[in-house]
Order: sequence, then C-alpha cells, then structure tokens
Amino acid sequence: MAIADLQTSVHNVVFKREDRLIFDDISLNIVKGKITAIMGPSGTGKTTLLRLVSGQLKPTKGKILLNGENIHRLSRSKLYKARQKLGMLFQSGALFTNLNVLENVIFPLREHTNLPEAMLQDLAIIKLEAVGLRGARHLMASQLSGGMARRVAMARALMLDPQLMLYDEPFTGQDPITMGVLVQLIKRLNDALGLTSVIVSHDVVETASIADYVYVISNGKVIGQGTPQELFANTTPQVKQFLHGLPDGSVPFHYPAATYAEDLFA
Amino acid sequence: MISLLNPIQMLGRSTLDVIQKIGVSGLFLFRVLVRRPRLYRSFPLLIEQLYFVGVLSLIIIALSALFIGMVVALQGHNTLQRFGADQQLGELLALSVTRELAPVITALLFAGRAGTALTAEIGLMRATDQLDSMELMAVDPLWRIIAPRFWAGLISMPLLTLIFDMIAIYGGYLVGVKWLGVDAGSFWSNMQSSVDFQMDVISGVIKSIAFGFVATWIAVYQGYYTVPNALGISRATTKTVVYSSLAVLALDFILTSVMLKGW
Repeated sequence: MAIADLQTSVHNVVFKREDRLIFDDISLNIVKGKITAIMGPSGTGKTTLLRLVSGQLKPTKGKILLNGENIHRLSRSKLYKARQKLGMLFQSGALFTNLNVLENVIFPLREHTNLPEAMLQDLAIIKLEAVGLRGARHLMASQLSGGMARRVAMARALMLDPQLMLYDEPFTGQDPITMGVLVQLIKRLNDALGLTSVIVSHDVVETASIADYVYVISNGKVIGQGTPQELFANTTPQVKQFLHGLPDGSVPFHYPAATYAEDLFA
Repeated sequence: MISLLNPIQMLGRSTLDVIQKIGVSGLFLFRVLVRRPRLYRSFPLLIEQLYFVGVLSLIIIALSALFIGMVVALQGHNTLQRFGADQQLGELLALSVTRELAPVITALLFAGRAGTALTAEIGLMRATDQLDSMELMAVDPLWRIIAPRFWAGLISMPLLTLIFDMIAIYGGYLVGVKWLGVDAGSFWSNMQSSVDFQMDVISGVIKSIAFGFVATWIAVYQGYYTVPNALGISRATTKTVVYSSLAVLALDFILTSVMLKGW
C-alpha cells in the first residue's frame, strides 16, 4: 500500500496504563476515503486506541502517523492545527449542556474563525440539514434523545470540514430505527464529503455493513483483519467467537477467579 | 522488618504524591495564567462568569453580612456596656468587620457557594467528555473554560468583601443605634477616627484577593482533575470546600501576622 493512500497509520504501538498492558505491539492502517472498523470485545481498549490516534493519550512505545506526521511529536500549537482536520464523535455525544443545538454546532467555527453571525448560522443549518435535525436547532442538549444527540455531535464534528472522522461506539444503546439512520448517515457522509472514517464498535452486523476494512482487537493484539467478507470466513476461534457472538470460548465468560467451591465454602 | 518498612514506605509514597499534586496544580495554574489575551473573545466569557460566580453569590453574602453585623453589634454592646464604653461600638464593629470578618467569611461562603459550583460544573464537563471534545475541536479548555472562571473568582472576591463590609456595618448600625440606643454621632465619628483606610480597609481587600486566588484555584483544579464519575465529583466538591476553608484560615493567619508586624 502506498504511503500516500494512508490517512493514519499505527506502528508497533505499545500502551500501558499503570501496570496494565492495553496494547502489545499493535499496527494498523487507515486508508484515505475508506471506512475502517475497529471491533473487539468490551474492555479491549478500542476507545483508548481512538484517544491515541487523536493525540489525547501518548503511546508507551511506537508511533502514530496522521497525514504522515507523528502526532505525539507535534508541538501543542501544531497538534491543535492537526486536530482541526479531525472530527470525533463521542459515545455520549459530549454536547455542551449550556448551549442549544444550533450553538453547539456553531461552536468550533465560532472559536476558529471570525465569520459573521449570519454566515455561521447558515453553515450550521446546512450541517444540521445533513443529519436531519434542522428543525431541532432551538432545543437544548438535555432535550435530545441519545440518537439525536449523536447526530448533533456528528454535525458539530463536521463543522470544520475534517478529513478524518473518528466514531466511538456510534450505535451503542440505539433503537433499530436510529441505528439504521446512523449507519446510513456515516456511510453517506463519508462518501459525499470524501472523508476517511474510523468506527470503533462491537455492533458487528451494523459496522460490517458499511466498513471497507475491519480490524478485530482482543487482549491488546490484532487477532483478525480483512474485509467484512474475509472476516466472516475467518476460522480463528477468537474471531469466530466474537463475530458470531458465542457466549464462551477463547474469550471466557467468567472473569478470572478462584474456584466457585472455594468462594462458596470459604 | 516488612511491618516496620510498610508505614515508612506509605509515608514516603504519600509525601511524594502530595509533592506531585502541588507540582501539577502549580503547572495547571501557570498554564491558566500565561495565556495570550484574546480580549474580544475572552471579555464576554469573563462577564458571563462574573455573573455566575460573583452576582449569584451576592444574596448569600449580603444576608450573612447583615446578620453577622447585627450579632457583632449585639455582643459588642453587651460587653462594652459593662465598662461604660458602648460609644466605642462603631469602632469595634468596623475594625472587626473590615480587618477579619469580611474577607474571611466572604471567602468561606464563596468556597461553599461559588467554589463547589465551579468544581461540580467543570467535573461534570469532564465526566461527560465535554472537555475532551473541546480539545478535539482544537479549543483549549484551559483558555475557554478555566481561565474565565479563575479570573471571575479573583475579581469577584474583593468586590464581594467590600459589599460585605458595607452591609455588616449597616447591620451593626441598625442593632446598635436604632435598637439599643447608642448615639449615632459617636457611633459614626468613633468609627471614622479609628478606621485607617490603608491599615484596615485596604488590608482586608488584599486579604480577599489572596483568598479569592487560592479558593478559585482549588475549585477549578479540583473540577479539572476530578475522577470522571459520580463519586469522583462528589469527592472533588467536598475537597474544594475543605481545602479552600483550611487554606483561607491558614493564609489569614499568615497575612494578619505580616500586616500587623510589618505593614
């Protein structure tokens, strides 16, 4: 793969939190214009990986290149410049609770430009129209449902016209209709705006339906990768267990503990 | 040997933890203070926070000042009367209020009202990823969230202290002159002749600036570095009140001794 095709690349990253090893020599490539999914069981550090890519956390070893630049070597001002090309959708939406929908969406542009108020409002309305929430622009963040909050957060993340969009568990806890809306929205926005998207999720079917390439992470390592079709044909026990939702297998149902009898009769 | 070493190890570790926290909070404060001013953006944010931090603390400060002034007048009159010195009530009231009561009680009330509100607000922003999302939009939360709140606290405190001064003295006047019958002329003239503007009023204001600095620093620091869950926010708000109150009282002793001995 040519370096020019890569939006982001993670090279041999090791990440430890206190004494716990989260990633053990992990490498992956995010190709420009594609949707890359990072899947894996809960607690494997998928969100941590997004925080490493966005420069919020620093790897213990290894490097992460964003548009060819090592994001952890950038000065604070250059890091902030780099982040203007990056949008992130948090699991909670992370909307500002003291602002209404319109002001939330305008926020990044208001902070970084001196555009007239009327233009800021028009641009925000265009983004809100793209996520289907133009009519909700006067609602406060607390009045939104979870799915609406994520769509508003998506509109806000798109305000600075990013090149790379990071989605942290965008489908978690959503009803089937909202989930369908979000799946289509991510795909449509990625294609229409020429974005590169990274989706971190454990919703296998929804994520696989729009992903171009999937990495499956478990126990700090990449245990499987490929197109969704290739992965569904993968016979590795761990990958199979995760993709088919088998309750017990290489990823145990039980957290490590003493024997049941020992605990009960101690 | 192990049982002997453990307490020593724990003492060493907790000492290092405390030193590390002081270092982190110092760097945090440095990053808040050393900001390139962006007046046209910062000014509206500062005004907004002056309202939340200062104006909304006014009622509790004003009511407390009124009652404290009334109680000091009542107690003072009761004691002074025994020595036939009840005409000195104005002096007693003004000196105790301007030198000590106004700056200290304003700071303690400020820590309880505005300090906890700041910690809880910033802590909740941390817990709901609002600060992280701001960072990812390339907006520095220290500039956008922390700095306006810090400066608002610092500016509000001396103003609230001066308001406390005035209302407490008026409360003392109501009780002393209007209720207990102290002569109004001697009440005000004794006050005027005994209160030194620099020694008493200005030193009270200087104290209040120092208390505002420390109390707001503790509040915003505790909020920013809160553990992002319900228990973490609850602990952070408690720490804000406890640390701020202790810091204010200790600082009051240090400043008073410096002012009395070396002013």
